[in-house]
Amino acid sequence: MTHVASTVLIGGQAGDGAKEAGINLGKLLATAGQEVFVSVDYPSVIKGGHIFSRISFSKEKIFSDYKKIDLLIAFNNESISFHQKELKKDGVIFDESCLPMTQITKEINAPAITRTSVALGATCYYFNLEIENLEKIFKEAFGEKAEINIKLAKKGYQYLKTKNFKQKPRRLKGSGLRPKASEKKKILIDGNQALALGLIKAGLNVYFAYPMTPATSILHFLAKKEKELGLKVVQPENEIAVINMAIGAAYTGQKVAVGTSGGGFDLMQEAMSLAGMAEIPLVIAVSQRPGPSTGVPTYTSQSDLRSTRFSGHGEFPRILLAPGDPEEAYLLGAQALNLAWEYQAPVIVLLDKHLSESLMTSFFDSSKIKIENGKIAHNPKDYKRFETTSDGISPMAFPGMKNVVVKATSYEHDEQGITTEDSQIIKEMQEKRFKKLQLLLKEQKSKETVKVYGDKKSKNIIVSWGSTKGAVLEAMKYLKKSVKFIQPLYLEPLDAEKIKNHFKGAKKIIDIEGNLTGQLASLIREKTGIEIENKILKYDSRPFEPIELAKKINELLS
Amino acid sequence: MSNNFNRQKMNLLTQTKNTWCPGCTNFGILAAFKGAIEDLVKNNEIKTEEVVVGSGIGCHGKISDYLNLNSFCGLHGRIVPVLSGAKIANPNLKVIAFEGDGDAYAEGIEHLVHAAKRNIDLTLIVHDNQTFALTTGQFTPTSPKGFKGKSTPEGSPEEPFNPLFLMLSAGATFIARSYALEVKKTQEIIKEAIRHKGFSFIEIIQPCLSLNDTRDHYQKRIYWLNESRQKDNIDFAFEKIREWNDKVPLGIFYQINKKTYGDFN
Repeated sequence: MTHVASTVLIGGQAGDGAKEAGINLGKLLATAGQEVFVSVDYPSVIKGGHIFSRISFSKEKIFSDYKKIDLLIAFNNESISFHQKELKKDGVIFDESCLPMTQITKEINAPAITRTSVALGATCYYFNLEIENLEKIFKEAFGEKAEINIKLAKKGYQYLKTKNFKQKPRRLKGSGLRPKASEKKKILIDGNQALALGLIKAGLNVYFAYPMTPATSILHFLAKKEKELGLKVVQPENEIAVINMAIGAAYTGQKVAVGTSGGGFDLMQEAMSLAGMAEIPLVIAVSQRPGPSTGVPTYTSQSDLRSTRFSGHGEFPRILLAPGDPEEAYLLGAQALNLAWEYQAPVIVLLDKHLSESLMTSFFDSSKIKIENGKIAHNPKDYKRFETTSDGISPMAFPGMKNVVVKATSYEHDEQGITTEDSQIIKEMQEKRFKKLQLLLKEQKSKETVKVYGDKKSKNIIVSWGSTKGAVLEAMKYLKKSVKFIQPLYLEPLDAEKIKNHFKGAKKIIDIEGNLTGQLASLIREKTGIEIENKILKYDSRPFEPIELAKKINELLS
Repeated sequence: MSNNFNRQKMNLLTQTKNTWCPGCTNFGILAAFKGAIEDLVKNNEIKTEEVVVGSGIGCHGKISDYLNLNSFCGLHGRIVPVLSGAKIANPNLKVIAFEGDGDAYAEGIEHLVHAAKRNIDLTLIVHDNQTFALTTGQFTPTSPKGFKGKSTPEGSPEEPFNPLFLMLSAGATFIARSYALEVKKTQEIIKEAIRHKGFSFIEIIQPCLSLNDTRDHYQKRIYWLNESRQKDNIDFAFEKIREWNDKVPLGIFYQINKKTYGDFN
């Protein structure tokens, strides 16, 4: 199969700067008008180990990186031994033997880590990229240390240009190197930052989190923005404190989100149920990594759909959204905060390491985001926080408002928020909370709850969710038969009617997801009664690879 | 404004039926708290609408239902983070948490330690009856060794710990102990705690008349610390906090001024 994309792999040990170099190369390619996808693969260590970033790029939109490499930049021998077999036939290796990065760095007494800039300079020459653009990127990334990196990049560029390189540089043709006007608005960004920007756009006031990979970079990103945006970013003692603090903050009328991964979310269960009972607007970002337990902390998985769907004891409505790329993370992040306030309920945004930490050229359409504050009580008399209403949504008031007493509780309660054991009130309150779900199901009809790609008339159907969407869309470029691909964005409540309609007349349905038990397939079966027999499941902690996935889909369709 | 308040009777209690046992010492704590809020409001030190009370789970937790104030009855052991979040989100609020000894010292002890450490401007009132009462009598972290409860018919094998000692080392900037049956004194201590900017910890020894009646034990031993002394002497505080067996001192042990959480200016 001919790849639609070119791929660079930058490998080294932790501390070599392979990740940062990959991101900077990605930015450089994006500046040159390429569509870029950068994934980062790293073990749970501070120094040592094997780290690589993989940058795939193409003139047309790409949604995933590829395994087959055009250029391997190796900062250690392991990078060669691990990845040499992934080189394409005409693939090229830059290592110390052909590009003396360390020597060039030493010549100007620069720190060892700056040899990545020599490599990036050589890469600029190799792909015919304008080295001036790299200067801008270095200035952003390194600040005052940019100068030395720029100098080294130029040396790397010159070295390759003047050297009789054993393989002929496969320089990209000029036409691909100038971005069109529309392409300039694109940024290279990862899912976590995209989500954070979406939350900010929807009016986030306070973010609480305890560090946990792969959700930690949301905390870092927002902490950096704290002063500029007037946000409050808080790192409490543990995830139990995180969610309880968030509930307290939301109770006062502030827009709140928390972020964690599976284990941290497990600790939040009791308070998740409290948010359901006390009807607290709360966004919880859960970035999945492989479990059970500590599992494989720095790798990816889609195995927490079930545990988030059923999180918290008792029965209460919650909303579960699953973006598949940074653009969706941005929009669904904003939607999550809006939905939390419109429905006064916990909203989970389910990400995973591959989405959270991979970067993709994206365009954020902020015009699609409108801030929703929900139903607010203005000058209420005899205020009742849990007043019975036709749609189940009671007007919100907040402590500090005059002549109002706002009561919230973990106990079942009456309209005022006073504990009750009255069977009639208990029944009514349960029904009141679930009325909100009915309203949401009704309003879902006009929302994009399910995305459809490919040949909309095809009787071959692929269904997948979250970050696996990227590999599926990429694999679709290599399929021998036409397919219709369905990606539900709302997993709770699932828009079962839309999915049933899409499945109508299907000849073959294939479920593709990153877990062992087919959690989306079982959700679809629960809500539609349709059993999906063909499944492609991956649970080795690595994301799907487009070419490998295309092969499997082709086999199932043949 | 203050004149109006003086004339007007404040309506700080809800109409909710009170389900504490007859004669429960929680009534004393409720009366002391209500009195403290009335005094502070009358004196224009706080506004009722800016008060948020919170409670955990157990007999004490019902206080949220009885107070006609903004309230949050949270999970067992978790009201300190809920009210910390409220305070962080809206620093104008006066947040006051009630917890039982099970909440504060067992289920949620990490929050207690960290709230003291970060010196968040929050008042915590612990109803310490040295037993889990609502679950009909098991030992808690402050029950004496040998406490015979339903889960320890042969007596609790564990030594109790000293919460005030813990609070002093964790960084609480206001540490006091009172006795539930001393309503007026408790009211004054609560007022001081609410006035204090920072984490205020009040442990209220509370005989549970139904399951752990310690009145005889404490009435023989309690005495009040000299109120007019300087309260920032940590050595004195350590010495007095460790006094527990033969004599049980009550009052404000320690109070210092320190920047509170979020107060970085």
